[in-house]
Amino acid sequence: MSASVVGTDGGPTGQDPAGARGRGLRVAVVDYGAGNLVSIAQGLRAIGAEPTIATGARALDTADALIVPGVGAAAPAMRRLAKAGLVAPIRDWIAAGRPFLGICLGLQLLFETSDEDGAEMLGVVPGRVSLVPEAPTLPHIGWNQVELSRPHPLFTGIPSGADLYFVHSYAGVPSGARAEDVTLARTTHGGTFVSAVADGATLGVQFHPERSGTDGLRVLANFVALAADGDGAGVPVGAGAGAV
Amino acid sequence: MLRRRVIPCLDVANGRVVKGTRFVDLVDEGDPAELAERYARDGADEIVFLDISAAPEGRATLLDVVTRTAQRSFVPLTVGGGVRTPREFRDVLRAGADKVSLNTAAVADPTLVTRCAQRFGRQAVVVAIDARRREGGTAGWDVLVRGGRDLTGLEAVAWAERVVALGAGELLVTSMDRDGTRSGYDTELLAAITARVDVPVIASGGASGPDDFVAAVRDGGADAVLAASIFHRRIHSVADVKAAMAEAGLPVRLPRADSNAA
Repeated sequence: MSASVVGTDGGPTGQDPAGARGRGLRVAVVDYGAGNLVSIAQGLRAIGAEPTIATGARALDTADALIVPGVGAAAPAMRRLAKAGLVAPIRDWIAAGRPFLGICLGLQLLFETSDEDGAEMLGVVPGRVSLVPEAPTLPHIGWNQVELSRPHPLFTGIPSGADLYFVHSYAGVPSGARAEDVTLARTTHGGTFVSAVADGATLGVQFHPERSGTDGLRVLANFVALAADGDGAGVPVGAGAGAV
Repeated sequence: MLRRRVIPCLDVANGRVVKGTRFVDLVDEGDPAELAERYARDGADEIVFLDISAAPEGRATLLDVVTRTAQRSFVPLTVGGGVRTPREFRDVLRAGADKVSLNTAAVADPTLVTRCAQRFGRQAVVVAIDARRREGGTAGWDVLVRGGRDLTGLEAVAWAERVVALGAGELLVTSMDRDGTRSGYDTELLAAITARVDVPVIASGGASGPDDFVAAVRDGGADAVLAASIFHRRIHSVADVKAAMAEAGLPVRLPRADSNAA
């Protein structure tokens, strides 16, 4: 790894215990042809984890944590996931309470349906995916503030209101009795939308941690540290299998 | 609130950053990945690579540059220059780019914009518009292609509206009148386009100092401002420009006191 990478031990960010805890953790990054895996894999290496690119269900067998990235529209993404035989394995993974991080479209796929194209998605978080409301420009491209609804270990070392990088037009809208509980952060672009969710070990961020400089790498390091701790801190009692 | 972005642009030929008056008198200005990293450290919100290699083998070199940069700098990358097909578009994304900019090929075949937007999402599709003010009392701006050499007959504001309808998620608007002149961005051109489209617009061409960046946003309505030589030649740093924009009351991303916001 290049010595110039930010956010690692002794780097410009200073101490980073999260990265040390997750060192060597095997993170499967799902490749279903919907996004830029180079930077996510590189970001994971930069914080000491071991990324593998998962093109099918078998790659999940040896993984400690799972990341579903992705950009673009939901329906084609779900079709590609289905074609790769990954829909049921991803649902099972999440149901077992294993460490999961959805990034951008990967977060949106956690919801039930999308207004964009009517796609039926993973449905593990109640709610739909809608256009960012009252947005002066769309897509929402650039750095915007992520305001935390509550403290969470995914954001250790990152203050509420930090600037992180977004590229999207749609965002998840949690619904039902637990909507507030799963909402971890919000961001405003015209209207306000949910920019991070957390439900036990199931985490999702609408911004791109792999493109968000030092703070973005911290998010990845925090995710990996949570996974290394075995159960993704914040799992409701009895909810997770704590499998690692 | 969404920050206004400052974007250094690197013209790349055969794996090196070059700067000349567009395509002539090219001067080697360094390794693209190294320069990109320096800019990222300095607060660049995004990096644009513009491939100006004439030869096909330049493309492979460019993809290598993109990957090397993505391995060192965790900021967004946009790549433009010579992409003609969805397949080439995909190759650039797979190399590590977040967005791909289409220019000449979009004019030649506007369906390319739609096909790429459907396949990769409109957020990945930037259309670059090189515009020159019409002369002789005619209103509007001509769209030029092939690096500003060929007239298309298209008018820039109308073309901007059309490519957005076709699926462009962002526009990179370069004033060919101002490019390389250091006489400021063409804020009239920018204002004419930003009034008509609801996608983000990146201003390009003519930066001489921080005041020009402020004007591109305030008078032109630009969401992002791009420049090349003033950064390469260290006439102004990205940090200086952002400080001036903040001073003018524009929302920009500044490093936190406790962090090196790469």
